[in-house]
Amino acid sequence: MELSRSSRHHMSIMARVARINWVVVLLLSLTACVGFVLLYSAAGGNFDPWATRQMTRFVMGLGLCLLVATIDVRFWLRNAYIIYFAAMGLLGLIELIGTGTGAQRWIQIAGVRIQPSELMKIAVVLALARYFHKIQMEDVAKPLYLIMPVALVFAPALLVLKQPDLGTAMMLLLVGAAVFFVAGVRVWKFVAVGLGGLAAIPVVWANLHGYQKLRVLTFLEPERDPLGAGYHILQSKIALGAGGLTGKGFLQGTQSHLNFLPEQQTDFIFTILAEEFGFVGALFLLGCYAGLILYGVTVALRARNQFGRVLAIGVTINFFLYVFINIAMVTGLIPVVGVPLPLVSYGGTVMLSLLFGFGLIMCIAIHRDVQITRREGDGL
Amino acid sequence: MNPDYEKSKLFTRRALLLAGGQGAFMLALVGRMYYLQIVESKKYAMLAEENRINLRLLPPPRGRIVDRFGVPLAVNRQSYRVDIVAERTGKSTRERKRKVKETLAALSTIIPLSEADARRVLREIGRKRAFVPITVRKTLTWEEVARIEVNTPDLPGITIAEGTVRHYPLGQAGAHVLGYVAAVSEAEQTGDPLLELPDIRIGKNGIEKVFDAPLRGEAGTQQIEVNAHGRIIKELSREDAKPGQEVALTIDADLQRFIADRLGEESAIAVVMDVHGGQVMALSSNPGYDPTAFHDGLDPELWRAWRRDPKKPLISKAVAGQYAPGSVFKMCVALAALEAGIIGRYHRVSCYGHTQLGSSRFHCWKRGGHGTVDLHEAIKQSCDVFFYDVARRLGVDRLADMARRLGLGRSVGIDLHGERSGFIPTRAWKLATLGEPWQDGESLVAGIGQGFVLTTPLQLAVMMSRLVNGGKAVTPHIAHRLVTAEGLAPRPAPDFASIGVRPENLRILANAMNGVVNEPGGTARRGQLSEEGMSMGGKTGTSQVRRITREERARGVKKNEDLPWELRDHGLFVGYGPVEDPRYVVAVVLEHGGSSKYAVPIARDIMRETLSRDPLQPRPTGEAAAPAGARGT
Repeated sequence: MELSRSSRHHMSIMARVARINWVVVLLLSLTACVGFVLLYSAAGGNFDPWATRQMTRFVMGLGLCLLVATIDVRFWLRNAYIIYFAAMGLLGLIELIGTGTGAQRWIQIAGVRIQPSELMKIAVVLALARYFHKIQMEDVAKPLYLIMPVALVFAPALLVLKQPDLGTAMMLLLVGAAVFFVAGVRVWKFVAVGLGGLAAIPVVWANLHGYQKLRVLTFLEPERDPLGAGYHILQSKIALGAGGLTGKGFLQGTQSHLNFLPEQQTDFIFTILAEEFGFVGALFLLGCYAGLILYGVTVALRARNQFGRVLAIGVTINFFLYVFINIAMVTGLIPVVGVPLPLVSYGGTVMLSLLFGFGLIMCIAIHRDVQITRREGDGL
Repeated sequence: MNPDYEKSKLFTRRALLLAGGQGAFMLALVGRMYYLQIVESKKYAMLAEENRINLRLLPPPRGRIVDRFGVPLAVNRQSYRVDIVAERTGKSTRERKRKVKETLAALSTIIPLSEADARRVLREIGRKRAFVPITVRKTLTWEEVARIEVNTPDLPGITIAEGTVRHYPLGQAGAHVLGYVAAVSEAEQTGDPLLELPDIRIGKNGIEKVFDAPLRGEAGTQQIEVNAHGRIIKELSREDAKPGQEVALTIDADLQRFIADRLGEESAIAVVMDVHGGQVMALSSNPGYDPTAFHDGLDPELWRAWRRDPKKPLISKAVAGQYAPGSVFKMCVALAALEAGIIGRYHRVSCYGHTQLGSSRFHCWKRGGHGTVDLHEAIKQSCDVFFYDVARRLGVDRLADMARRLGLGRSVGIDLHGERSGFIPTRAWKLATLGEPWQDGESLVAGIGQGFVLTTPLQLAVMMSRLVNGGKAVTPHIAHRLVTAEGLAPRPAPDFASIGVRPENLRILANAMNGVVNEPGGTARRGQLSEEGMSMGGKTGTSQVRRITREERARGVKKNEDLPWELRDHGLFVGYGPVEDPRYVVAVVLEHGGSSKYAVPIARDIMRETLSRDPLQPRPTGEAAAPAGARGT
């Protein structure tokens, strides 16, 4: 659809709504529905306590997503740093008033418990997208111009690591790296940083918490202590394997219903899917995710400005990392880290931040033809 | 060149690379899922089943033990205990702890409850999962159960649980025959999972031990689904336990009880045995012990008391007590001498109260002597000098040979544990073990059943049976069936070999033993039975506990009555009846009874009771229900 010349600067609300990709909305809803079914099962065939609340959140999240999508993309460009610093502020607040078992990850604001680190993932991408939109192609090659974006990534990563939340910190770094990569940072710089990281492993290891070390060790040899730290991985592998091709059937999973699996409504929810709906069910969900990722990549490739490209690819990579880290963890490919299964795991902030992210991607798609100059938003 | 175009080209290249990487990672996840869910599926499905399914053993009810008429001797009795389930008292741990305390306080006003029990319960509440029942008190009486049931609303968390305990209607009277059951010790674990059940009890003594395998039965199994905390979700399948088999004994419960009552407080042993079939109808070792005391672990205080008791209540003295047979052994000496042709019915010896061998003097029990006695009189009056003479000429080896043929000197093989073999000396034995040659004087001492000779009361019953049943090598048994590897098997019909003695010699001895009881001058005149159709013969004996020294003899031998109890001689009597057609033998050993004087009336009363209960005759009293097809002789 070609727009008239004037609409390159201003689109009517109706025009924006008309350009919403409803297939993606359907795909999002389908994925979330898998989550409802699994939460219903996790509660032993009850809508309470998880499924109903998750539905409410999804409906709210979807509303937010559509709202974000129909707001002018330049608004997000202009306010990227404000959002970033707001998220940083919340993350800093945890240090003061945070709650959470073991690790401090939540803060309570107006009766709502939110997890700032989830918001941070989107906020970092927004900030980086704005930064790389603004600078010249030649400047990307200059190390001096990389100090600022590196700081934008490392500052929240360090705060999150302090909580301590190894999974989120790792995700922030990976998302940052991906954005740097697509923005055109030279490959040898990644190699250098990678080597530096490897060299830092002993230092990091020495500073890890006991339970974090244990998780890594457990990952390397899960059968070492089947009733202790290796219990999660072993039990979840049992659940997956026991599901077989078509699964044991809805509500028939013994591993999850008999409480062999911990945290089955959050990080380990994939095991319910795999046990009750088998390989077929797992493939279905992976298909939904693949569709959403493909959509994000497509939007990025088709975007006509650097802000849109970087933002879309960053949000997509973020989403992909959720999917990969969670499933790889549950299937025993990587150590247990606290990363939820996107749109499926029980949790409000994750749901909202993910849908916020998809709102941004859709926003870029809708405003594909809106011209944004490099100087857009300057002076803010 | 448009710089944005450059940016875009670079971006597209790298974004596609990234997308390709994501695709590859997604494929890796699919591959991993394929590996876990398709390739390795069987292995994990099995692990999931193992997680979920818990196999429980259902303990089999232990088989009953019954007497020859089917009267129960060992049964399982329902027992009740009171448990508390913390989960049912409140929601939080603190609330539970408080509520449990309140409940226990309320319970202690209803049934007796010790402070220690209450403390133990509170301790366990803290340690165990909230849904696990914790035993508050065991073995409640019916009345206590009823009182708790009535007050249930005021006792949150309290439940009554049922179990079984072994019950022995004979109590102490049957303890040494039946034995007892107790918890399995670590050394007794064989790997059989049944033995690891906390409530299982196995036979530790007596029939309970010998017949433990058939009595135990086979465990059933129950497959239950459990969750990760071990809480039972539902039963999946069940195979009921195979109850233990019933074991029928040759014991007559009423006779056994009669004997225990008759022996009263005495430290005494009595054995009643069928002379033809070898069925043991009663086997008493007094005092007994409470066989149920072991069920939940024996109180160490009680254990020490029993171990210290000089009457040795824990030992089945009928099979494990070894006594010098005293003059009872003279029957063996007489038969050996008759068979050897050394003496005849009318062989005579003059008794002056003692006999001289070298420098040693051997005394008769009767200080003035018996004068000249023949074999009949010597047995009747139990003349020691007569048997000194016979034993000296017979020699110990020929005596030992006859003793063995009569069942002495080795275990008779009754189906009970702990039987001892007694002892019969020989020349070869003494040379081999003591390194000294046999002395003639020792033959004399053996001739009156003292010195090295040791017998168990059961062996004496066997010896007497063989003397009066026509010389058949009868052996005793106490259960109707045999334990084999395949289970209980019927006992083969008794076909006892002959001991190879001449019947006329046995008649001579029977005559003499009749005289012991029923002729004037016999040593067991008090054993005479006056009832119609009843009669008894037998032989008395005194088992010396200490040696009488020469000095003591010079000062005048102290009467047994003047000695402390544990130094007094044992009194023995082994009788048979009826005299004309002997069917039963009664052997009585009265520990430290002084002489046979007090053993004889006991044997007489037991014989009277035995004969009156003879199953071949119509039973005089019918209180113990005897089924028409009563097992036994």
